Amino acid sequence: MRRVVITGLGLVTPLACGVEESWNRLLDGQSGAGPITRFDTSNVATTYACEVPYGDGSDGSFNPDDWMAPKERRKVDDFILYGIAAATQAVRDAGWEPEDEESRLRTGVMIGSGIGGLQSIEATTKLIAEKGVRRVSPFFIPGALINLISGQVSIKYGFKGPNHAVVTACSTGAHAIGDAARLIQWCDAEVMVAGGAEAAICEIGIAGFNACKALSTGRAGDPKSASRPYDADRDGFVMGEGAGVVVLEEYEHAKARGAKIYAEVLGYGLSGDAYHITAPSSDGDGGFRSMTAALERAGVSPADVDYINAHGTSTMADTIELGAVERLLGDAGGTATMSSTKSATGHLLGAAGAIEAIFSILAIRDQVAPPTINLDNPAVESPLDLAPNAKRERKIDVALSNSFGFGGTNASLVIGKVR
Amino acid sequence: MSDIAERVKKIVVEHLGVEEEKVVLEASFIDDLNADSLDTVELVMAFEEEFGIEIPDDAAETIQTYGDAVNFIQQAS
Repeated sequence: MRRVVITGLGLVTPLACGVEESWNRLLDGQSGAGPITRFDTSNVATTYACEVPYGDGSDGSFNPDDWMAPKERRKVDDFILYGIAAATQAVRDAGWEPEDEESRLRTGVMIGSGIGGLQSIEATTKLIAEKGVRRVSPFFIPGALINLISGQVSIKYGFKGPNHAVVTACSTGAHAIGDAARLIQWCDAEVMVAGGAEAAICEIGIAGFNACKALSTGRAGDPKSASRPYDADRDGFVMGEGAGVVVLEEYEHAKARGAKIYAEVLGYGLSGDAYHITAPSSDGDGGFRSMTAALERAGVSPADVDYINAHGTSTMADTIELGAVERLLGDAGGTATMSSTKSATGHLLGAAGAIEAIFSILAIRDQVAPPTINLDNPAVESPLDLAPNAKRERKIDVALSNSFGFGGTNASLVIGKVR
Repeated sequence: MSDIAERVKKIVVEHLGVEEEKVVLEASFIDDLNADSLDTVELVMAFEEEFGIEIPDDAAETIQTYGDAVNFIQQAS
């Protein structure tokens, strides 16, 4: 089987715009949460979220003008803007902007989203109610469709290989990277630009997740403490937004052009819960099976897993995942570190799996596990080191990243040092 | 230049992101100002909004240049 390595990274997160800025703030234990600024929250139960920090582009702030011309930006929803920004970073980082037709034919894009253009749908629906259907923009549909990040990125760089987009709720980013790696393994492409993006911090997004009783509501006084996976006082997830995109490349192709290689996609596993539309099964069996499948594909034993980037959303489901990981690792559980970076970034839904895969890659590069912040009073005892409130400098050769989504859809990625 | 012509020009400059000097009466939205078919639909909608008029689809198809737009709007308003 062809080997697949990671040669480029791009991030737009609530911590910062940019890979190193986001990573440094994550290791530093910072939180991206704050009061919602995008809309008037007086009608909704949750008034805080993890918004991308807009600014002039300096000091890790996100300046839309750096990524899309104002004329083009008007035509797309924010999730596409974030996706293009992260993809642009990743492509530059990989140094892969080929001019020749053959290279372009062999480069594809697979960037998904959990929900897509929710803000545009909300705004356009209000517009119709106020002014009628004749005011609907011709750019509404192409600006809201989930696969239009992949479309826009392919147009920007001339990438004519497979053009696809994953939609599996909060597993989207992980499924996109795993599926894109398989397209390379199956010779459909040599290079794939893959990941996820989300921008659902708008009134119907917050109201909808509030109705599901999924969001934290009780920490308006201190939003930075609201995302607290595994903590006894957690009360739901904190919504985040942004995008994560990687450049995946066939190993020999990357070596031949002298590309910087971060890590290798060793394994990928998928499963379905077949249980409930929003809740995971209480025995954690779906997550257990996706992790087991990923390790089997990787040819890695559970004892070899050094770091786990958990799905850990700061909901009741945290302890179900924790139980599944303990079952998977058995006696080896005492030597692994597992953290939830959602404690700092909030839950980026369809982008989560991609940004967390990137954090896992950086954990391998720098031999450090990022912390689970706000974990002051663990809800349950565990032999696993959950890195409460402090990063762990340690050996990390193999990392496992979990993503589980509504509908009972599970994805696990095994990422390792290139051997 | 008439007030209508100025207001139309402002919309064209904003929506198409082109320099004001390029918006001359004979400038074609598609051939000279880099618009695509969706841009022209949006332009017509912006004219309707700005001038409080309705431009039927068959009339919209005849509006190819900046001058066409100014003429149509002058007659309609």
